[in-house]
Amino acid sequence: MSLLTTIGLMPLIAALIIGFLPKLNDELIKRVAFISTTLIAIASIFLATGFDRSQTGFQFTQSNSWISAFNINYAVGIDGISLVLILLSTILVPIVILATWHESDVGRWGSKVFYILILVLETLMIGVFAATDLFLFYVFFEAMLIPVYFLIGGYGSGEKSAAAVKFLLYSLFGGLLMLASIIGIYVIADNQIGATFDITQLAKLQIDDTTENLLFLGFFIAFAIKAPLVPFHTWLPDAAKSATPGTSVLLLGVLDKVGTYGMIRFCITLFPDASKTFTPYIITLAVISILYGAFMAIGQKEIKGLIAFTSISHFGFITMGIFAMTTQGMSGAALYMVNHGFSTAALFLIAGWMIKRRNSSIISDFGGLQRVTPVMAWMFFIAGMSSLALPGLSSFVSEFLVLVGTYTRYPVAAIIGTLGIVLAALYVLIPVQKTLHGPITPGNENTTDLSLREKLAIAPVVAVIIAMGFYPKPVLDLINPTAEKVVTTAGFTDPAPQVRK
Amino acid sequence: MTTSSNLVWLIALPLICSALLLLAGKRANAWGHLVATLVSASAFAIGVVELFAMLGRDVQDRPVTQKVFTWISVGDFKVDASLLLDQLSICFVLLITGVGTLIHIYSIAYMSHDRDRRRFFAYLNLFIAAMLLLVLGDSYLNLYVGWEGVGLASYLLIGFWNEKPAYATAAKKAFIANRVGDVGLSLAIMIAFATFGDVTFKGIQAQADQASSSAMTAIGLMLLLAAVGKSAQFPLQAWLGDAMAGPTPVSALIHAATMVTAGVYLITRSNFIFDAAPTAQLVVIIIGVITLLFGAVIGMAKDDIKKALAASTMSQIGYMILATGLGPIGYAFAIMHLLTHGFFKASMFLGAGSVMHGMKDEVNMRKYGGIGKYMPFTFITFGLGYLAIIGVPPFSGFYSKDKIIETAFNAGGLKGVLLGVATLFGATLTAFYMTRVVIMTFFGNERWGHKDEPHESPALMLIPISLLSIGSVASGFLLYRNHALEYWLKPIVNPAGEQHLEELVQPIVVSALAVTAVIIGVSIAIKKYRGEISSEAPVKVNLLTKAARRDLYQDDFNESVFMRPGQSVVKSLLNFDYKVLDGLVRLVGGISIGAGQSLRKFQNGYVRSYALMMVVGVLALLITVWLMSS
Repeated sequence: MSLLTTIGLMPLIAALIIGFLPKLNDELIKRVAFISTTLIAIASIFLATGFDRSQTGFQFTQSNSWISAFNINYAVGIDGISLVLILLSTILVPIVILATWHESDVGRWGSKVFYILILVLETLMIGVFAATDLFLFYVFFEAMLIPVYFLIGGYGSGEKSAAAVKFLLYSLFGGLLMLASIIGIYVIADNQIGATFDITQLAKLQIDDTTENLLFLGFFIAFAIKAPLVPFHTWLPDAAKSATPGTSVLLLGVLDKVGTYGMIRFCITLFPDASKTFTPYIITLAVISILYGAFMAIGQKEIKGLIAFTSISHFGFITMGIFAMTTQGMSGAALYMVNHGFSTAALFLIAGWMIKRRNSSIISDFGGLQRVTPVMAWMFFIAGMSSLALPGLSSFVSEFLVLVGTYTRYPVAAIIGTLGIVLAALYVLIPVQKTLHGPITPGNENTTDLSLREKLAIAPVVAVIIAMGFYPKPVLDLINPTAEKVVTTAGFTDPAPQVRK
Repeated sequence: MTTSSNLVWLIALPLICSALLLLAGKRANAWGHLVATLVSASAFAIGVVELFAMLGRDVQDRPVTQKVFTWISVGDFKVDASLLLDQLSICFVLLITGVGTLIHIYSIAYMSHDRDRRRFFAYLNLFIAAMLLLVLGDSYLNLYVGWEGVGLASYLLIGFWNEKPAYATAAKKAFIANRVGDVGLSLAIMIAFATFGDVTFKGIQAQADQASSSAMTAIGLMLLLAAVGKSAQFPLQAWLGDAMAGPTPVSALIHAATMVTAGVYLITRSNFIFDAAPTAQLVVIIIGVITLLFGAVIGMAKDDIKKALAASTMSQIGYMILATGLGPIGYAFAIMHLLTHGFFKASMFLGAGSVMHGMKDEVNMRKYGGIGKYMPFTFITFGLGYLAIIGVPPFSGFYSKDKIIETAFNAGGLKGVLLGVATLFGATLTAFYMTRVVIMTFFGNERWGHKDEPHESPALMLIPISLLSIGSVASGFLLYRNHALEYWLKPIVNPAGEQHLEELVQPIVVSALAVTAVIIGVSIAIKKYRGEISSEAPVKVNLLTKAARRDLYQDDFNESVFMRPGQSVVKSLLNFDYKVLDGLVRLVGGISIGAGQSLRKFQNGYVRSYALMMVVGVLALLITVWLMSS
């Protein structure tokens, strides 16, 4: 059993242990969940230290026959991009648990079920990034919906049931399209090279143009729903508004990345020609998402909806970087996924604390928090600065790489995308002013500042945001070889500078 | 090229100090301001050491570099965190840390009653670090970090008293105007990378002669957009007046002496791009001329002393921008005016702060009058700054402005005449509005309407002002003498050694004209303001005064052209998103948000049918596959 599988199983084991704990001992359940996920995070960092950066193939691979009739295997392995996303997932989970210690107390089924759901979700998240068998990926991809559905529906607030259903309907639609494509590609493989779901094998197929385009679209739409691009996005703001802050962090920070990850891993790798055909349209869609998300964010009155729309704008940047088909665009997009994970985590967690204290998520209900709760205000401000990609913070590096990588091939798209940075200043500074500045609004006078537990939870997130702004090299070193490989195997080379040295 | 390991400390010391003061919280209240001042002074000391080291080396060995670490490296896009200290950046290092330290000292007294003084000093140190990075970065991307860093510091300091909603709004406005400029800087870097495969100054300069002129023009115009935003030039000038919401030492350091002049630095640093892009240069000139007149006109009508000075800053930077457009010969004069302006404008802002200190924070000059006799020291130092800015020989502004006027005339042909006349006219307006400020503040009838007499400020405030005054008196002559600054900067900004195209107008004639222009401006102002001045602004004024009071309708323009249309875009998108896109989804999905009880049953059905669909899907997959393979 490879280390990768072991790490993937660890949350499941922790979930089993929690299953045997007494139901009423909330504190014990929480501690077990926190300690075990911390250990998993450490284990995945250990995994990263064993990763050979000079190789571009999958590492820590393992393959066991699962359903032999169809040559379906339990096949896992990671390259640079899947590794950083697994790191993102495993590091965020304990932070979320610590940050939202009391989130499950009022839920429908209590703490025990809550943490089991979180832990099961963690196994599925690791699995979805590690799977190198298409069928296995599909199973993880679909299975992830179940714990999320219950986390929103059982522990959320407001219109949680409607939001959970909407989330499911969208996913159902995307999942079915992808399923059709999976069947299609399997049939083609069966005819050409024999039955297989191995993605390295599938990438070698010769597919005629029309079929390839259709198969590509099946995957792409599923992923464009997951990491929502306009117009497939309307489930996300509702889900984010209704879910608990911790669930929102995992939903927007990690699960949505499965969409953009899937675009790289499946759309481009399996269907390079179709990718080429659709690139102009996808870039257009991405640019629309950047601006649409930003404008919508500016208009939000509710803080979680605002964060959701900023994410839609950011997913536009990521998608643009991916389909620019340059090394800077691709590496920038992969780095963007990680950075967006952390900065969105910061935003949601702090917003969650603010909302809990004020018992309202309406932006205009806050005001003057800088004076009342300086630490919380500072953290919110830094998270906001990260969202508008202030140089010196992590998002700047990835956003600039995406823009510069896009410019060399699609200058017009990059120019329009760059306008997004002005809108970003608006959608961050307007709520910053309304919540932190101005006179203290009635009802906020006695708001308490962050507790020690909350400070401990947010500190590593902010530390990563700052450290990765100045020194992104360790993560870029992991991403670069894989990103280059994706671009070159898709048949692209970086546009050369106009002036040759 | 020489390397030095000192450079990083210039930035690291204030940055660390800033973080320390913020993290230490109240515990640092007692000593925070002292440490911050000491750190700023240490940075100045490093700058002086580096200056002498530089003077000791041969011309070609003067620049020093330091590679700190590899920042970003993806494919051909390689950017090191590297610093470059050369003849140009040393001028800025000394200005930033020198004036910066004086302003730290001044602020110890000025902010002594503020409960957040420690936080103020943390922001000041953050600013010093960011501004030093801006001028020391060896590539456009490094510069960008400093560029937005100073924007952040400026935002934090303008909004230092952000409990007042108007101040918080002013801070936001400054950040957003700067971001519009940052779009230009971002795009300039992208175009530069696509053209040269490089974003360092050195790498681009080496290949500059091979690039197409259209690429150079594009880069130049985008850099100009950046400069326009940061340096409050037309049409992105609207934020500077509002930025006066910040504490006065901030107005002196950031919004007069250093940060707002960063656009001049950017263009001067990019001389190799602008020299190859005549179209961009022409636009630079046009922007400079418009702003120098625009700012001066606004300055003539402002009653708020800080806003009058801010309008003047805008106008003086217009002179500098104009000079950079007249490169290669103009760059050195732009920097000369930048340095002298740094002294006299900082001195006058601190003087204004001193007046406010003695006048219960009053900024309306109509409530001043006759303060000279109560605050003689402030009056004298402000007066020296005044003589310098209007350009009375031998004060500093005379030399630096004179060279710009001369270069404008020598641009040749009709262009030269037009530019020359515009700069002279600007000098008249400057003389007018500054004389107006001095008369309304220090002379005439006392209009403050309360019994407490204004009092002179403490020594801790007066010492920095007097040191700056020495600069505003002597710096012009020192930089001008024997072409000192011109020759010093020549290897960086004018390596080919280009001289004036033609000496159309003799320097002595230019000086005579300039002095005449000043005399005219001063005389008109004296004539107009020597009598009794009303403590209320007159209502019946001509159209131009009305317009100037409203900043020539710049806010009205922005509101009607950008803000309101932007708001209606947001509004219609919100509608579209809910009614059309989501409406469609709700229709297809049969979900009605808020339908209440009946819904719950309904959705449980959905979950089941979804699970069923999934199972059916997987089964379908397996069956198809099985059929195919059998």
